[in-house]
Amino acid sequence: MSDAVIAKGDGDAARWRKALPALATLGALAAIVAAAMTGVIARGNLVYDVFIDPFIAIASLPDLFVQTVWEGFVAGVLYALIALGFVLIYKASGVFNFAQGIMVVFAALTLVGLYEFMDNAGLPAGGFLALLALVLTLAVMFALAVTVERVVLRPLVNQPEIILFMATFGLTYVLIGFGEMVFGGNPKVMITQALGLPTGVSDFAILGGRVSIQHLDVAAAIIATTMIACLAFFFQYTRIGRALRAVADSHKAALSVGITLNQIWIVVWFAAGIVALVTGIMWGARSDVSFALDIIALKALPVLILGGFTSIPGAIIGGLIIGIGEKLGEFYWGPLFGNGIETWFAYIIALIFLLFRPHGLFGEKIIERI
Amino acid sequence: MSAVSEAVSGMAANSEAPMPAVPLILDVNNVEVIYDRVILVLKGVSLAVPRGGIVAILGANGAGKTTTLKAISNLLRAERGEVTKGSITFDDHRVDNLSPHQLVRAGCIQVMEGRQCFVHLTIEENLLTGAFTRKDGKRAINDDLERIYTYFPKLKDRRKSQAGYTSGGEQQMMAFGRAMMSRPKMILLDEPSMGLAPQIVEQIFEIVRDVNQRENISFLIAEQNTNMALRYAHYGYIMETGRIVMDGAASALRENEDVKEFYLGVSGGGRKNFKDLKFYKRRKRWLS
Repeated sequence: MSDAVIAKGDGDAARWRKALPALATLGALAAIVAAAMTGVIARGNLVYDVFIDPFIAIASLPDLFVQTVWEGFVAGVLYALIALGFVLIYKASGVFNFAQGIMVVFAALTLVGLYEFMDNAGLPAGGFLALLALVLTLAVMFALAVTVERVVLRPLVNQPEIILFMATFGLTYVLIGFGEMVFGGNPKVMITQALGLPTGVSDFAILGGRVSIQHLDVAAAIIATTMIACLAFFFQYTRIGRALRAVADSHKAALSVGITLNQIWIVVWFAAGIVALVTGIMWGARSDVSFALDIIALKALPVLILGGFTSIPGAIIGGLIIGIGEKLGEFYWGPLFGNGIETWFAYIIALIFLLFRPHGLFGEKIIERI
Repeated sequence: MSAVSEAVSGMAANSEAPMPAVPLILDVNNVEVIYDRVILVLKGVSLAVPRGGIVAILGANGAGKTTTLKAISNLLRAERGEVTKGSITFDDHRVDNLSPHQLVRAGCIQVMEGRQCFVHLTIEENLLTGAFTRKDGKRAINDDLERIYTYFPKLKDRRKSQAGYTSGGEQQMMAFGRAMMSRPKMILLDEPSMGLAPQIVEQIFEIVRDVNQRENISFLIAEQNTNMALRYAHYGYIMETGRIVMDGAASALRENEDVKEFYLGVSGGGRKNFKDLKFYKRRKRWLS
C-alpha cells in the first residue's frame, strides 16, 4: 500500500538520541551535588546558590514550601482557566484568539457594572441582584459570541489563519474601546460577597509550621475543576462536542456532512465567554477589575506552549506547572536575580519543555500521509 | 416540471433518453458556475438523475466534475464559487439557495474527493458526525450504525482507531458510511477511486450497487476511472472543459468508439505505438 503513516522517532537509536539531553542534565546535576558535598563549591558560588542552596531552604522549612506550592497551585488553576478559553477557540476554529484576555476583563467589568447600575437604580443589593447580574452578563457574552460570528468570522471564512488572528487583534481594541466607553476607565471592585464567594482564611498546622489557606482560593479551585470536567464531558460525549472536534479537524468535511459552522462557532465563542467570566470573577476577586487584567492573556501563552494548543488536559497540567514553577522560582531563586522573576520565568519553563516536546505536552500529533 | 423533463430528453436526443417516464430525483438545468467572480468553470451543464439510479459523470482532470457536484451540494460558496445561471431541483424542490446543512437534511449529501476524514476522531465518531442533522434519537442512530457496519465489516474492526491512522480504503469506506448515516435519498460521490488499489475500488463500487439496490439511494458519481464507473452506472455523462459533451446509457457509452479511444484507451485500429500517440495533435471535441 502506498499510504504510510509517518510515526516520528521510531527505533531504539532515535529514542536514545532523544533521551541524551535529559541524561546529560542528570549527570551534570549529580556532579554539582557531589562537588557541594565534598566542599569544592560553597555558599557564594553561583553554582552552589542555584543548585544547592534553595533545596536546603526547602528541606529546612517544609511548611513554607507547602504554602508556596499551594499559592502556585491556585495561580496555576487560574492560568489553566485562561488557557482553556484559548484552547476552546483554537480547537474549533484554528484561531489563536488574542482577544481572550480582554474578554476576561470585559466579562468581569460587565458583571460589576450591571450590578452597580441596578444597585444605583434602587434594587436591593445582595445575592439575588448578583445572580441577576450574572445571568445578564451571560446574555451579554452570548450576544458577543453571535456578534463575533456575524461580523468577524462569517465574512472571513476560508481565509488564512493569520488573517483571523489579526481580526482578533482588532476585536481586542474594539472591546477595550467599548468597555471604556460604557464602564469608564476606573478600576472596579469585584462583588465577591454578593456572589456568595467565601472570603475567610484558615490556618493549618502541618510539618512543624503553619499554612494559611484562603477560602476564596479553595472555591476557585473547586469551581475551575468542575467547569473543566463539564467542558471535557461536553467535548467528548455530546453531539455538539463531537461536531466541535470535527470542525477543528476539517472545515470542509464538516460542512459536507451538514454541520453548521456558524452554530458551532457561536457555541464555542459562548463557551469561551463563560470561561472568561469565571476567570474574571476569580481573578478580579484577588485584585481589582480593570483593563490592566488583560496582561493575563500573556500569562496564558507559556501555558499554551507547554500544554499544547489543542488539549484541554494540556491546558490544566500546563497551567499548574507554570503556576507552581513560577511561585517556587520566585520564592527560592528570585533573590539571586534581584526578585521579580515571575514575569519571565514562565517563558523559561515553557522553553525548556519545548526542547523536549515540540508540540507541547499533550498537543495533538500532526498526522500526515504521504 | 414537464418543461424541464422535456428539456432533459431534448438534450439527450442524440442518444437513448434516460427512461423518460421515470421520475427524477435530481434535475440540473443549464447551470453556470463562476469562481471568484471571474473564472467561468461550468458553461451551462444540464443533467438528470432518475430516482434509484446510478449516474456517472466522466471526464479528465479539470473538466468540471467536482464543481458540478459542489454546485449541487452547495459547498461551492465556501470556496468563493457561485452558481450564476440555471436551476437545480432536488426531490421536486428548488435547492439552489439552500445551505449545505439544509440540503443534507433534505436528503442530498456529498462524499468529497480525497476522503476528508476527521483525522483525530475515531472511525465510530467519524461515522456519528454523519448523523449530525438527524433528530430521530439515539436508538435509530445506533441501529443505523450497526447496519452500516454490515456493509463495511472492516470498519467495525477498526471502530476505535483514530481515523488518521487507517488505510486509504478504510477512510474512503468511512466517508461513504458517514454519508449514509445522514439517511440520504441521494449520495454525490466524488472520485471514490482516488489513490486506491484496483481491488479496493472494485469493492467500493460493489457496495455502491448493493446500497443502491437495498436502500434505494440514488447515486451521482464523478469518476476518472471510466471503465469502472461505466460497469456499475446505469447512465453516464461525459464532461470536457465545463461542458457536457456526450451522454447516454452506460452500455451504449461503453460501446462508443470515441469513448473507447479517449477514455478506455482502446481504439478501433488496435493498440497504437506510444511513439505515434505522441504526435496525435489534440483531443477531438464533440461540441464547440
